[in-house]
Amino acid sequence: MKSGSKKERIAQRIARELRDGFYVNLGIGIPTMVADYIPEGMDITLHSENGMLGIGPYPTESEMNADLINAGKETISETPGSSYFGSDLSFAMVRGGHIDLSILGGMQVSESGDLANWMVPGSVVKGMGGAMDLVAGSRRVVVAMMHTSKDGSPKILPSCTLPLTGVGVVTMIVTDLAVIEVTKKGLLLTEVAPDTTVDEVREKTGATLRIGDVREMLFAN
Amino acid sequence: MGIQYDPAEMIAGIPDGARIMMGGFGMCGIPENSIAMLLETGQKNLTILSNNAGVDTFGIGLLINSGQVSKMISTYIGENTVLEKLLIDGGIEVELVPQGTFAERIRAAGAGLGGFFTPTGVGTVVAEGKETRELHGKTFVFEEPLHADYAFVKASVGDRKGNLFYRKTTQNFNAVMAMAAKKTIAEVEKLVDAGGIEPESVHTPGLFVDVVYQGANFEKRIEKRTYRTADR
Repeated sequence: MKSGSKKERIAQRIARELRDGFYVNLGIGIPTMVADYIPEGMDITLHSENGMLGIGPYPTESEMNADLINAGKETISETPGSSYFGSDLSFAMVRGGHIDLSILGGMQVSESGDLANWMVPGSVVKGMGGAMDLVAGSRRVVVAMMHTSKDGSPKILPSCTLPLTGVGVVTMIVTDLAVIEVTKKGLLLTEVAPDTTVDEVREKTGATLRIGDVREMLFAN
Repeated sequence: MGIQYDPAEMIAGIPDGARIMMGGFGMCGIPENSIAMLLETGQKNLTILSNNAGVDTFGIGLLINSGQVSKMISTYIGENTVLEKLLIDGGIEVELVPQGTFAERIRAAGAGLGGFFTPTGVGTVVAEGKETRELHGKTFVFEEPLHADYAFVKASVGDRKGNLFYRKTTQNFNAVMAMAAKKTIAEVEKLVDAGGIEPESVHTPGLFVDVVYQGANFEKRIEKRTYRTADR
């Protein structure tokens, strides 16, 4: 399977975590794709940390407006009921626990739910943007990522080796191979993708996995 | 001194080594005209506080290219490859701050606070060397206010009292930065008489603004032109 469709499957699975009435922040990359799979009729309001609630679909070419972008600096559109505000209020929403669900990409996740996703010392020095605030304040934090690095090394580890974004902040990890919940007793494997096995997931995971009542990962709603 | 309508004198009077806040998120809502004037007046050794650092060919990127900036305080600089390289080579100092902490530190400065405790960054490099405190069973880290000598902000509409209105996502850091600097210079797309903005629609009351002026030739660059085909 191509990595593009693997990423779409991750986005589809995460969409199943959405609940009616949720205020949701989508990070850049796979998380942004979740917007394509919001169930028909479900009331989801998307938050953009640069100061907006109610992100709509991409505009048509003639509707593109330099004054209306998302946190990834892409042109977007508004929906009925949208609101705009400054960055200070936007992050009051985030830290204050008013965002029901944040979906972010990950470089590494630890056994205790630590997340590293902003820096590789010596090579990637772009900045954390809003990620540290989003993981510290959102009610639920779902990490969307490929199960392993491109070289096959595990990204789910006993502890992160990269600089942290937050400590004990991740609620759930969704990868191309599995769904893993972060619990007080450690990582709990709850779902595996149809084309893999519990053993394969264990082998590609650096941290200890508890095996729950493992179901097959579902992608469509 | 009352509100001024010509920024030239104040921008020319900015000393070398000044700390300047610049509003905007990416290229959205950036003070293009004031940046262009600062490029002309050529002050050196500036510390710029802004969410991003522009792109290689526009915005704050122009001031970095001209060698006027010695330090950036930002949250994300990934769109400026020149700066990323300068940072790795040690040619410029960059202080990275979590975005919500950046906004709130600026707000704290404008609101007269001595700082605040935040959950953001606890247990990360951001909290190193800072006071932490347990409150209601949760750990917080102390963050100090961020002040500046000047704030360059951009608004969609301004009136001659200095009241400002920002369209769509252009408010971002502009409104909070206007509060936090000793002198605030606001460029606007449209300057109207007092009363030209509905009082209820004022985002930045004029008391925060020292200079308001009509900008010219706004480029309003779009960083990522994402669109769908009309028939979808």
